[in-house]
Amino acid sequence: MQTLTSAPSSQAVSNEPFLVIDGVSKVYPTPKGPYTVLDNISLEVAEGEFICVIGHSGCGKSTLLDLVSGFGQPTRGEVRLESVPIREPGPDRMVVFQNYSLLPWMSAAENVALAVNNVFPHLKRNGGARTIVDSHLAMVGLSEAADKKPGSLSGGMKQRVSIARALALQPKVLILDEPFGALDPITKEELQEELLKIWQEHKVTVLMITHSIDEALFLADRVVMMTNGPAATIGEILELPFPRPRQRSQLMEMPEYYDYRNRALDFLYRRFAHDDQ
Amino acid sequence: MSVATSRGLQARKAPWAPLAKRATPYIVCVGGFLIAWQILSVILGEARLPGPINVVVQTWDPYISQPFYDDGGTSKGLGWQILISLQRVAIGYSLSAVVGIAIGGMLGMSRFIGTGFDPVVQVLRTVPPLAWFPISLMVFQDANTSAVFVIFITAIWPIIINTAVGIREIPQDYTNVARVLKLRKGAYIREIVIPATVPYVFTGLRIAVGLAWLAIVAAEMLKADGGIGYFIWDAYNAGGDSSSSQIVLAIIYVGIVGLLLDRLVAFAGRKFSKGAA
Ligand SMILES: Nc1ncnc2c1ncn2[C@@H]1O[C@H](COP(=O)(O)OP(=O)(O)OP(=O)(O)O)[C@@H](O)[C@H]1O
Ligand SMILES: [Mg+2]
Repeated sequence: MQTLTSAPSSQAVSNEPFLVIDGVSKVYPTPKGPYTVLDNISLEVAEGEFICVIGHSGCGKSTLLDLVSGFGQPTRGEVRLESVPIREPGPDRMVVFQNYSLLPWMSAAENVALAVNNVFPHLKRNGGARTIVDSHLAMVGLSEAADKKPGSLSGGMKQRVSIARALALQPKVLILDEPFGALDPITKEELQEELLKIWQEHKVTVLMITHSIDEALFLADRVVMMTNGPAATIGEILELPFPRPRQRSQLMEMPEYYDYRNRALDFLYRRFAHDDQ
Repeated sequence: MSVATSRGLQARKAPWAPLAKRATPYIVCVGGFLIAWQILSVILGEARLPGPINVVVQTWDPYISQPFYDDGGTSKGLGWQILISLQRVAIGYSLSAVVGIAIGGMLGMSRFIGTGFDPVVQVLRTVPPLAWFPISLMVFQDANTSAVFVIFITAIWPIIINTAVGIREIPQDYTNVARVLKLRKGAYIREIVIPATVPYVFTGLRIAVGLAWLAIVAAEMLKADGGIGYFIWDAYNAGGDSSSSQIVLAIIYVGIVGLLLDRLVAFAGRKFSKGAA
């Protein structure tokens, strides 16, 4: 971890892209024999890119992102960040979990502070940690609720804390697994816009799973569409040419928007329609 | 608005009304119980089963009116007898809490030890409290120490088991946070294991205090100088006119103290589990 965080970013002089998913397969042993979830997936991600992963339920999206976060290990192939193979989870690849994963006995600020104090121990001593915590809670509009426990926060507020905690660690990659799936449509749109703003300010590389085509089209530089499992692969990648900063209303008026939307719909509901649909 | 104010006025006019309403079920049911008891006593004869009125009349002086009289030796008021029992429980129970949480912690943290010792725990926890008494008398050669040991060995199993389960059941959400932040062992135990386990530990402590109180009364009936269990057995052996009334009174006191102990531990549990589970 030491080497990972302190490595200068110029270390990637080997011409290798920032993040490389290099021919990974994931096979689970089951009582009925080996079960291949992911089959030989490769993807290269540039620094600062915003990638959305979309695909039917159970195809292996979480499994794929687990290989990047380090919670899972590939059966074959490897994932490299700045040319260093990923072997375990670490704060340089922060995860925003679908169920927020906040500690319920700590306030919003304490949840963020636990992360900051642990990852930047030197800041704890000179009081810099407090500043980082406050500024990141302010960034997600939660200064008022800083002292509230997760139990008295709404779903959207909890997800904001989780995002603040992740970004406070200045990760190289931010991984979000269906972060807005459980939120109401208005909160969802608000958070999407905030996420875009934060991403532009922080220049962080984002990998995000979503079930919503419109969410992917609004947020991503590229939309990675996965085929159905078992043995899922990347079926098609949409490169979105929409200019930034993006405005939802302007986006909706662009004819190209509907071209891409139709391509995604066609992929998901015709070429790779779920068997049971 | 107008509804709210009129309700407020009503409440001010008759502040006792809601209280009386809440007390009604208790008055009706407890009163019914006492009446049924009195009737049963009349049928059986008050020498065999004293009714509530007999109990109060026959034990008023000195047992109810002077809980702290002391005629020397074991002839003491019920307040003293209960304090003697409580003191034994306090020592045995504190020891079992300290040792039980420590052992439960180890069994929960290490899969190897937890699995290996499981049969021992499962067998020993079903041993009835008094079965430990003869062996501890042989080992300690002292009735008082033996009684304390019986408390200890009776109370320790639910504490061990619940502590271990609490640690094993720490939600994966929390351990995932620890892994991605790379929390060191000390911080992991302090910030996650302990707060997540406290509610389980108190479940164990609450079961344990009930068992400890059961066990002390029984142990004192077998062999002890003083204590509420001794008082009951002594009253039975004395066989005087008011013996059965004394026993009934002592039983009521035992029940009330047991209830208070249970509530005390439950209260402490709520105080210490800061929003977890
Ligand atoms: N430990 C495991 N053992 C066996 N099979 C597993 C295991 N974990 C996941 N799987 C299987 O891998 C497949 C992919 O799971 P994954 O959670 O990655 O899907 P997903 O695309 O994230 O789905 P969703 O959109 O519902 O979250 C599923 O069919 C699942 O049953
Ligand atoms: Mg998933």
